[in-house]
Amino acid sequence: MVGNVAEAEDLTQEAFLQLHRKIATFRGDSAFSTWLHRLAINVVLMQLRKKGLSLISLDEAMEPAPDEGPSRSFGAPDLTLTGAIDRLALERAVADLPAGYRLIFILHDVEGFEHNEIASMLDCSIGNSKSQLHKARLKLRDALRAQTSPEERS
Amino acid sequence: MTGDPRKMSCAEFQAQLSELIGSGEDVAAHPHVQGCDRCRALLAELETIAEAARQLFPSVEPPDEVWTQIESALKQEEK
Repeated sequence: MVGNVAEAEDLTQEAFLQLHRKIATFRGDSAFSTWLHRLAINVVLMQLRKKGLSLISLDEAMEPAPDEGPSRSFGAPDLTLTGAIDRLALERAVADLPAGYRLIFILHDVEGFEHNEIASMLDCSIGNSKSQLHKARLKLRDALRAQTSPEERS
Repeated sequence: MTGDPRKMSCAEFQAQLSELIGSGEDVAAHPHVQGCDRCRALLAELETIAEAARQLFPSVEPPDEVWTQIESALKQEEK
């Protein structure tokens, strides 16, 4: 989620410290695993916030500069990504996504959270979560296509 | 605003796509998609990516040092 092992380890530690501090506030309204997962994601969000990803204005923060946005490639029906996608290529492409896109993509497509859960975690609208996920997938498609050599395309 | 959605070009449809998805519309049922192989293929590719995502990032056990550090950090907190 943060794309860096050392940082992930620091955040793991921080999540356990938070757990230690907040365990008394667990009321059993949700499963403990859900509560713990949310707590861990909040630790990640705090870190992203520190690094400059404002989650208050998530729309702007996640909107990359115009030249960084997913390109709209109209057509090229011969360039399909059907069939198996190379896992490592996809992991690389995910790691290269802007932080906001990566977060939504991982929460929804990898971790399996629903858009309403993501909207509540990130304090954004459900529509925003859906459209950002779409843009993230488009950007991944562009990156995967770019990794395909011209020979393989023919 | 464009008129008949069936007459929309791929460029027009794809320019509106993230907005349509955000509004909760079933884009697969959109009249343009119904008549356009190219945009159907685009949506299929995006679904393929979403499916491939499920096999990403298998959970990784942090190394033993991380647990040792967590243990000592917790002891510090209790002091």
